[in-house]
Amino acid sequence: MIRLTPDPIDYHALTDAVVRPECGGVVLFLGTVRELTGDVRTVFLDYEAYPPMAEKKLAEIEADARSKWPLGEVAIVHRLGRMHVGEVSVAVAVSCPHRAQAFEAARFLIDRVKELVPIWKKENAPDGQSEWVHG
Amino acid sequence: MITLTVLLFARAKELMDRDAVSVAVPSPATVGDLRTHLAAAFPPLAVLLPRCVIAVNHEFAEDSHGLNPADEIALIPPVSGG
Repeated sequence: MIRLTPDPIDYHALTDAVVRPECGGVVLFLGTVRELTGDVRTVFLDYEAYPPMAEKKLAEIEADARSKWPLGEVAIVHRLGRMHVGEVSVAVAVSCPHRAQAFEAARFLIDRVKELVPIWKKENAPDGQSEWVHG
Repeated sequence: MITLTVLLFARAKELMDRDAVSVAVPSPATVGDLRTHLAAAFPPLAVLLPRCVIAVNHEFAEDSHGLNPADEIALIPPVSGG
């Protein structure tokens, strides 16, 4: 399940949604808004996406993961818009027959999301300065 | 000449203060040609452009990729989701 949403991510429901009878391991990864990046303090982040391409890339990433691990269910949700420190910006939940595969697949998925999906964040500092994060 | 519309995001959108730009390029045109004409037509984008990927119809495209006016073209700055 792939979703971009402006709303807070219900990661409990998301975790429930990937549970499968044949799967003995569920891994949930949450990306949260971090206050400090080096010495730079962030008050909130603004996330923007290129939605049709982001959804396509997310689906490709899921398919790629499914070709590598015997995944039961996959859920990737990225929130867009403004998020303050501590809020969940992205959630990845996977189920697999065994835990090692679930951990590996979740790690693969979030790494690929950060590498390939056209989504961007802008850091907003306490002094009102803001800057897009472009690597 | 053909006119190509390029969608802008994040810093590129902010630099141009709009979410798309149009640029005329000689036909036939490639992604590489588009890069050259974008940089010339929109100097604020010139510094960011070399770090961007061009997406055509929701797929990352090489500089050799051919373009036509019906394509959905987007300038993709280095991504920072997550």
